[in-house]
Amino acid sequence: MYRKHTFFGGLWRHTVMIVFLVFALFPILWVISASFNPANTLVGQSLIPKNASLVNYKEVFTSEQYPIALWIKNSIVIGLITSALVVVMTSLAAYAFSRFRFKGRREGLFASLLVQVFPQMLAAVSIYLLILSIGKLVPSMGINTHAGLILVYLGGAMGVNAWLMKGYFDTIPNSLEESAMIDGASPFQAYYMIILPLARPILAVIFLLQFIGTYSEFIFASVLISSSEKYTLAVGLQLFIHDQYASRWGVFAAASVLGALPIVILFMFLQKYLVSGLTSGAVKG
Amino acid sequence: MGKIIKGGFLAIINVVFIWIALYLLSAQAYLVFALLLLGALLTNFIFILPKGYPYRYLLPAAFFMVLLVVYPIMYTVYISVTNYGTGNILNKEQVIAQFESKYVLEPSSEGYSFQAYRDSQDRLWMLFTDSEGRQMVGHDGELTPVQAGDPLLGQLDGFTELNRVDLVRATNELSAQSFAYDDLHELRMRNINAFSLYLQQYRYDVASDRLTDLQTGTVYEPIDGYFQAPDGTRLTPGFRAVIGFDNFRRLLGNPQITGPFVSVFIWTIQWALLSVATTFVVGLFLAILLNDPHMRLRKVYRSLLILPYAIPAFISALIWRGLFNTELGVINQILRATVGSSVPWLQDPFWAKVALIILNLWLGFPYMMIICLGALQSINAEMYEAALVDGATSWQQFRHITLPLLMVSVGPLLVSSFSFNFNNFSVIYLLTRGRPPIVGAQTPAGHTDILISYTYRLAFESGRGIDYGLASAVTLVIFLITGAITFFNFRFTGALEDVNKNV
Repeated sequence: MYRKHTFFGGLWRHTVMIVFLVFALFPILWVISASFNPANTLVGQSLIPKNASLVNYKEVFTSEQYPIALWIKNSIVIGLITSALVVVMTSLAAYAFSRFRFKGRREGLFASLLVQVFPQMLAAVSIYLLILSIGKLVPSMGINTHAGLILVYLGGAMGVNAWLMKGYFDTIPNSLEESAMIDGASPFQAYYMIILPLARPILAVIFLLQFIGTYSEFIFASVLISSSEKYTLAVGLQLFIHDQYASRWGVFAAASVLGALPIVILFMFLQKYLVSGLTSGAVKG
Repeated sequence: MGKIIKGGFLAIINVVFIWIALYLLSAQAYLVFALLLLGALLTNFIFILPKGYPYRYLLPAAFFMVLLVVYPIMYTVYISVTNYGTGNILNKEQVIAQFESKYVLEPSSEGYSFQAYRDSQDRLWMLFTDSEGRQMVGHDGELTPVQAGDPLLGQLDGFTELNRVDLVRATNELSAQSFAYDDLHELRMRNINAFSLYLQQYRYDVASDRLTDLQTGTVYEPIDGYFQAPDGTRLTPGFRAVIGFDNFRRLLGNPQITGPFVSVFIWTIQWALLSVATTFVVGLFLAILLNDPHMRLRKVYRSLLILPYAIPAFISALIWRGLFNTELGVINQILRATVGSSVPWLQDPFWAKVALIILNLWLGFPYMMIICLGALQSINAEMYEAALVDGATSWQQFRHITLPLLMVSVGPLLVSSFSFNFNNFSVIYLLTRGRPPIVGAQTPAGHTDILISYTYRLAFESGRGIDYGLASAVTLVIFLITGAITFFNFRFTGALEDVNKNV
């Protein structure tokens, strides 16, 4: 299909590439530049900032009214806890689906597929009321708590995750566990000591996808969390900028760069795994 | 050892179950209590019977799924047939209690002067005197008539009497006091000098389920979540009630609601289609260029073009909102410098939509590029050699080999992408918030609102009061559409057959 390029063939191809590179990279470069621009406003910004300084970054870490660094920390902590619990839960379920034969197995698999059809946020009103009543019973898991928020994320995490993981477990041959069980291992020991170590790549993918999804989620975070020191970055950043692009652009840019960094780094390192997960149907939040 | 752990675990779970059950019983939530009981029984069976072994692994995931997905969905269905929303937030008992606690000043009532005392435990005692000198002692909501020389009066003398300053300080406490005078009247504080008789305004009769205005004699009957008089006047607040398919009827029959709903609906479809089409065309085009082994620097291009995808979408959307800023944004600055005019990106309905599509193209083309690259690499090169032998042009090769083969693996992902964008709340909400608003709409609807952001605003952000009922009805419409798309997709990809095959 592909032939050697003529001069003009090469020219238009690279021109097209450069046009799209500008499209893809300009907003990123523009924000990075703004984050070093001490003027803190949209007005009169240039791509290479004059008098570049770290003033905006300092503001991110020291502002008392808008504890942006704290929001980033909250997002990371919530993301880590959620992802860890999701990996534990889904790997247990996927192990059962992959290795045991039991009544309702087919229905269970089917249900986990169906559940992802319904975006959880559509039931936001009901979930809000549910968390409200859970909070009456256990105040530390109610409205305006991180635990309540994590609870909601755990509910929405089954579906595609369990399905992906089960698919991976199916490719691990049974013989290893069988020999372990002959040596007296229980099924749980087989799961814990054989399957989990072998399934590390898929565990990493699920963990990452879940982390990125949780980190970016802001609907439940904004519905459930109401006090500033508990915001996640997704909620806080949006309230911080709140159309004040003229007066907060620089600090916002610095916060954006810092906030995007953890995800970009993860993404770069684990691109290879993520791409395989993506092509089997996962969608980033 | 294992048995001890298992037993202990089960014991802890059962303690938690009992604790929640007691709470539910005290809150009179019998339906939830029954469900909990069922769950508790199942859990115990799973852990006691050997047959339950596999289910133990499913328990945590199933628990969260039922609690936070299945139950909310069912509850949403229920709310969609109720009038739950501003004006109908409370349940019927609460509303009746509210009406029954309303008192109006009895017009014929004279004032009672009063003295207030505190006993050694700081409790309030009142001594009321009417214009004819008759006295009553009030304590703890009850009144006791007293004659001169009554031992009760002697008792009062032993307490501390509140002076003028103390009375002013205790105003709140005093005005919260009420004493039952007779069946209809209560003695309440009128001002700092006097108490008066107040008449209960409404009385609810359980047997007939009617609310009576004791002053006018009007009888109110509960209809569709309101107490309504025979002449049609309604008392506010109303209460939560099942009103059948009214919300759906409003959606389809009330012009001020239907109009915006239909326009939101049409834009939702356009938005999802355009999002998939633009990202796919650009992604595929770039993938074909990058898949060309003669293309120089293709690894560099590829890893740089992926960058937009690595940034969390909420950050990108907020950044683009700054770039699109009409007065100060860099896009308009460039347009002014080159074309000489600027574009009202976020104020004009058409341009706001264009801005959304541009943003979503930026967010989404790398994904399409990645999956298309993967798919292109899996196409067998011999196919093209055969085509070349037959003298096919590049376009013919693309049209008859690349595209059909690509569609086999990418097609289902396009459908998923359609339903993802159909419900792509964050991009819409963060860039335009659904604005600019549709003029004359009775519900908060905007030109760029998609169904899901429209629902969110109905439920959480309406300035004219929230409408959970209507929001839930719209939610069910979205459920149905997304469900249908996904079902079609499952059939298409054979995911359902996968489930069958695996059993």
